[in-house]
Amino acid sequence: MTTTAALPLVEQFSHGLDAPICLTWELTYACNLSCVHCLSSSGRRDPRELSTAQCRAVIDELQRMQVFYVNIGGGEPTVRPDFWDLLDYATGHDVGVKFSTNGVKITPAIARRLAGRDYVDVQISLDGATAEVNDAVRGPGSYGTALRAMRNLAGAGFTGFKISVVMTRHNVGQLDQFKALADSLGAQLRLTRLRPSGRGADVWDELHLTAGQQRQLYDWLVAHGDSVLTGDSFFHLSGYGSALPGLNLCGAGRVVCLIDPVGDVYACPFAIHPAFLAGNVGEPGGFTRVWRESELFAGLRQPQSGGACESCAAYGSCRGGCMAAKFFTGLPLDGPDPECVHGHGERALATAGTAAAPRPAGDHSHRTSPRRGPVPLELSRRPPEPAQPPSARSGDRGGPGGRPPGPAERACNASPLAGFAPPDG
Amino acid sequence: MADNPATELASEATEDVVADEVLVEEVSIDGMCGVY
Amino acid sequence: MACAVSTEARFDLDVAWRLAPQVQVRPERFGALLYHFGTRQLSFLKSPALLAVVRGLATQPSARAACQAADVPDAQLPSYRRALGTLAAAQMICRQEAA
Repeated sequence: MTTTAALPLVEQFSHGLDAPICLTWELTYACNLSCVHCLSSSGRRDPRELSTAQCRAVIDELQRMQVFYVNIGGGEPTVRPDFWDLLDYATGHDVGVKFSTNGVKITPAIARRLAGRDYVDVQISLDGATAEVNDAVRGPGSYGTALRAMRNLAGAGFTGFKISVVMTRHNVGQLDQFKALADSLGAQLRLTRLRPSGRGADVWDELHLTAGQQRQLYDWLVAHGDSVLTGDSFFHLSGYGSALPGLNLCGAGRVVCLIDPVGDVYACPFAIHPAFLAGNVGEPGGFTRVWRESELFAGLRQPQSGGACESCAAYGSCRGGCMAAKFFTGLPLDGPDPECVHGHGERALATAGTAAAPRPAGDHSHRTSPRRGPVPLELSRRPPEPAQPPSARSGDRGGPGGRPPGPAERACNASPLAGFAPPDG
Repeated sequence: MADNPATELASEATEDVVADEVLVEEVSIDGMCGVY
Repeated sequence: MACAVSTEARFDLDVAWRLAPQVQVRPERFGALLYHFGTRQLSFLKSPALLAVVRGLATQPSARAACQAADVPDAQLPSYRRALGTLAAAQMICRQEAA
């Protein structure tokens, strides 16, 4: 009997899901830190940030859609005064929460409150197993803050919290130390991939893994199997051989998406750019309609062309890699990942010549980030935009239609790809 | 259908050959290219 | 109705089962998603008939009866047994125990 029942998962998703599975919600662009690689270019709060009431309305929608779990981040989500209320509101409305934090507000008392909670998971960001390596990326004192938070969680009996590491050229040699740290605290280690997104675009050349280090990481992940999470970040490494655990495909617009602090919905947290903007939660029909009916997501849910990659033996495993990594290095989406393990991406970058890579859309960086360490850093900044009512914002991004751009709107005018839409498959 | 174990094992083997339908697949919710 | 985690090697179709308390079910076009809030595991049911079976477990005297109530042909029982066994191993479904 032949039905659709036997189709592999990849095929099932190509028809779309009624609700995302792994929804990321960045609650605020405000942050007490200025990590050099921040995917959301966070630092300063956006004046158009969703209010508490608007956030509750989003949670109500997520409950109706039966979203199981929302991954909350930012910026630093705990700097929002209403963060703990929103956490309670979500878990009280059948929506589980995992929130990502640099640890600044995880006091012993807060840790005790969290430890008793079902439906809440905590993830502490750390990018070095030593203060020297970590603070070069995340800023002076950030290692101490993170460790304090971890010890408070462990001390409160919160086992299984996550320690999340962005793999860089300078910390890939510390994999065993990261694992030992997690083990010593009863935590679970999570390793994720650096993408050239947000401020990551400025430091990607210096920080992304070398080919040799990618191989080193792949071997380590294979050796450590299911005890380490990756958020499916490294499926492009599956091109080396056996696939790593996970879905092994780009979930953007299909199983994952981002809600940003002003309610904009993007295909993926690494793709904050008008080309990947699907809509805004303030529009009629809210997030539900954006998820189920936006043109952008409908396009992404069509079978995608792998282009030249389809003839490569590794394509079945690597599926052409990460859409955001290709986009922000200026590579075509139907071609190799910039970090293709067989070097096809490097070759493509070399022959791409002087074509300018798209710039990240927004920049909420602090105005006075201190220079640090040997990593050269160029932050571009826009003047703050005046507060705008949500209803005025629909249709005002990324291209034709909607109201004409106001004087403070720079992203689209500055982007050489304003109105650009990624090619269909 | 007989509940004889041998019969059921045989029919399961046939089932594998004829229609290898895997009706349940498991994935960790972290395995979804989520940022956090 | 209490819930017991299954430790059997082979799924027993002839006893009563039920969905585990911490599992949320979301129907989808292809079948359903099951999410276990305790284990954080996600299971994909790739058949609407399998969803009907799972939903019927609690009110049927046995898993076999639930399959029959969902019009699962006898010839497919092995396939469904395997699927239910996977769900039991993942603690998505559990044996009904007398309170």
